[in-house]
Amino acid sequence: MKLRTVRRISQVFFFSLFLFFVIVSDLRYLKGYPISLFLELDPLVAFATAITTHTIYKGLLWSLLLLIPTILLGRIFCNWICPYGILHHFIGWLMGKGRAEEKVRIESNRYRSIYQIKYIILIGMIVAALFGSLQIGLLDPICLFHRSMTTAILPTLNLIFPSSFYVRQNYFVAGWVVGFLLFLMVGMNVVIPRFFCRVLCPLGAFLGTISSAALWRIERNPTKCVDCDLCLKNCEGASDPHTQLRKSECFVCFNCIEDCPEDAISFKFVPPLQHEITTPAVPGRRALLGSMLGFAFFGFGRASGAQERDYDKKVIRPPGSVEEKDFLERCIKCDQCIRVCPTNVLQPAFLQAGLEGIWTPILNNKIGYCELNCTLCGQACPTGAIQRITIEEKTGVGKFAEQGPVRLGTAFYDHGRCLPWSMETPCVVCEEVCPVSPKAIFSREVTITKRDGTDITLRRPYVDPALCIGCGICEHECPVTDEAAIRVTAVGETRSHDRRLLMDGGVTSAVRELEQRKR
Amino acid sequence: MSTTPDNGENQGQEPENGIGRREFILRAGAAGALVAGSIIAGRKLWQPNHFIPGFEDQKGLQLPPYTFGASKLLPTMAIAHGPDHEKTVGAAIGALGGMSRFIEKGDIVMIKPNVAFDRPPALAATTHPDALRAVANLVFAAGAAKIIIADNPINSPTGCFLKSGLRQVANELNLDLLYPETNSFAPLQLTGEVLKNWTFFHEPFKKATKVIGLAPCKDHNLCHSSMTMKNWYGLLGGRRNQFHQHIHSIVSDFALMMKPTLVILDGMNVLMKNGPTGGRLSDVKPMGTIVAGTDMVAVDSYGYTHLLERDIAELTYIHKAHDRGLGNKNWKEAHYKEVQA
Repeated sequence: MKLRTVRRISQVFFFSLFLFFVIVSDLRYLKGYPISLFLELDPLVAFATAITTHTIYKGLLWSLLLLIPTILLGRIFCNWICPYGILHHFIGWLMGKGRAEEKVRIESNRYRSIYQIKYIILIGMIVAALFGSLQIGLLDPICLFHRSMTTAILPTLNLIFPSSFYVRQNYFVAGWVVGFLLFLMVGMNVVIPRFFCRVLCPLGAFLGTISSAALWRIERNPTKCVDCDLCLKNCEGASDPHTQLRKSECFVCFNCIEDCPEDAISFKFVPPLQHEITTPAVPGRRALLGSMLGFAFFGFGRASGAQERDYDKKVIRPPGSVEEKDFLERCIKCDQCIRVCPTNVLQPAFLQAGLEGIWTPILNNKIGYCELNCTLCGQACPTGAIQRITIEEKTGVGKFAEQGPVRLGTAFYDHGRCLPWSMETPCVVCEEVCPVSPKAIFSREVTITKRDGTDITLRRPYVDPALCIGCGICEHECPVTDEAAIRVTAVGETRSHDRRLLMDGGVTSAVRELEQRKR
Repeated sequence: MSTTPDNGENQGQEPENGIGRREFILRAGAAGALVAGSIIAGRKLWQPNHFIPGFEDQKGLQLPPYTFGASKLLPTMAIAHGPDHEKTVGAAIGALGGMSRFIEKGDIVMIKPNVAFDRPPALAATTHPDALRAVANLVFAAGAAKIIIADNPINSPTGCFLKSGLRQVANELNLDLLYPETNSFAPLQLTGEVLKNWTFFHEPFKKATKVIGLAPCKDHNLCHSSMTMKNWYGLLGGRRNQFHQHIHSIVSDFALMMKPTLVILDGMNVLMKNGPTGGRLSDVKPMGTIVAGTDMVAVDSYGYTHLLERDIAELTYIHKAHDRGLGNKNWKEAHYKEVQA
């Protein structure tokens, strides 16, 4: 079998596997599939979170596995495994220069100096990470592709084929931005083949740097070579196989070997160093510029106060999320939590969570609500931004009764919009759906004289802040649908001591009952 | 030296700087057809009258009754007491004359559980999987070809069916579980007190020939209780959160909307307080009772007084349904039978 055929089988396999994991990340199908596999294999995720948190969370240790083929063979991940790279390879063939004349193709695959940009991006992201701002997810191909599938592609396909991916249509408020960015990245293949992989990909830059040490590489035999440049015809990485090989750029696609009419190119074990450019070509001053950019990103983002006193009331984080600063050290914006969320409440933030929080998950209670007996987001999170808490820990029962439930925020009434409070109309849907027991929403019966002189007995709802967990189902089910008469805001969230509302939980019915239970 | 004729020179009769007759006809014809087509299409698509948005005529489907011929000999309501779910269900159905009285061979039976919330069975906020298993087994034993279960829950459908344990029973017994998908709904027409035209979960009823309501017995914060009548709430879609403004009228409208073959009220474990969601085992009281019958008003009125142990006078929707002739709230007037499992 030709090497090219083997590679294509690998590409189809890994691309399908990625899609499979994306599609089965649904409560109907989930049964212990390793849905985070690609993210856990991604060494940039492990490396960058290790910088920010000084730990490697659970399954991220698997990424060590990917270092082995990289150190032996080079950036084989980019052209054999990476689903996003495979997408670009395929689109480049379908729409780009893949079908152009030989000369055009050869010219389009010569190395260009803009291919350094990815290293500068990587340096910037690592510097930002050193300061505690994890931004690799913006461009890491696995995070980016998963995010695009979750928030743009699947919901769009589901519009055309209703109930194909969801029981009820899912909506993502900022999904269109993610979608058009995907469009842009994919479309750039028409201008420069593998544009994203060659120019932007920080994971490619990371693997490229590691592959400087690779033991095998593409080697040209200069005595056999007739300088026809045909090896460039299908060169995916633009790694100059026709001269000194740029080792860190080579995707190990093996096309050059098969395209060479003279059999001058082979894959060789420790070939001579003078035939290669071993390390990435990044001039020092540009590297410095990259690191300054990374620092600026962190500095400008943090100085906005979006994580401090100006935190947004609508930045309500999923249950089990770590405190906001730690969250920004861990969240890779892969949006896997958003994919598994059964109520569609989780949304990728655009600018609500500040510059640093772009594409991180927040709750939108207009679209969904947090299901009480559900911790899927934490189960799916590969980096522990949302900790893998149990239902008992979330709801504060059993051993955890003393510390109480995990709260996401607190619900507040807007009396001017509430039917029983200001419109002489019965309602209390909010009380009905409140999932905690005893209910955090309670109502008091009042008899009022209506405008027309008749009496009506109404129940007017109240929130008990000691019991409210901020799940948002009251807001979601409120019949005042454009801006609910009860709304959850982030204050009161248990993940942050600074953002709590009640000093001691409050002397309320709930606390009294807790005491009774203990006796 | 080309083999194809060169335009202008080799076209015979055509003048050098003009076009031939044939080409003129073709081009003029195309232009004419475009004009004619535009006029016809414009005329066809023309909307000469305006309408007032939101006040269009609404039309919807009518739901047929799923009742069956009455019997003078057999009771219309059965109350069974016992410790075991399956046996007590069996005793109640047995007292009514057996499932074969209601289900014929080849029937496609829609069983409507209440799966409104994402709760484990022990919290009694949803239809218990043992109850569904017992009823489904009886229905299959009576010769039904297929059983459909469906509900449009308040919480996320996938989570509700999973955690209530009903998905497990559906897999076990090979029941058709229908989720409330985007295209599962169609408008329903009704002459209810409040309910006139509403989005209805129609998919299960496209094939069903019999309908059984299988409801847990629950406290409800607004309308006091949720039993077999309130169970049909789960067949509606749309803006259900408006129902609460006229909750008693709406619940009594359900008795008009649905004429089921049979309703079964599961009072084995009753959610006594903090309903309809519950949440703690202390909200639940074991009552060891199954009530089955053909009149949901009678069944619910027994449930309210004997299972929730409350005063029927406050349960407005029962009186409304009774006064509208949709059932008999005085269950003792029914031909009933009380048995021990």
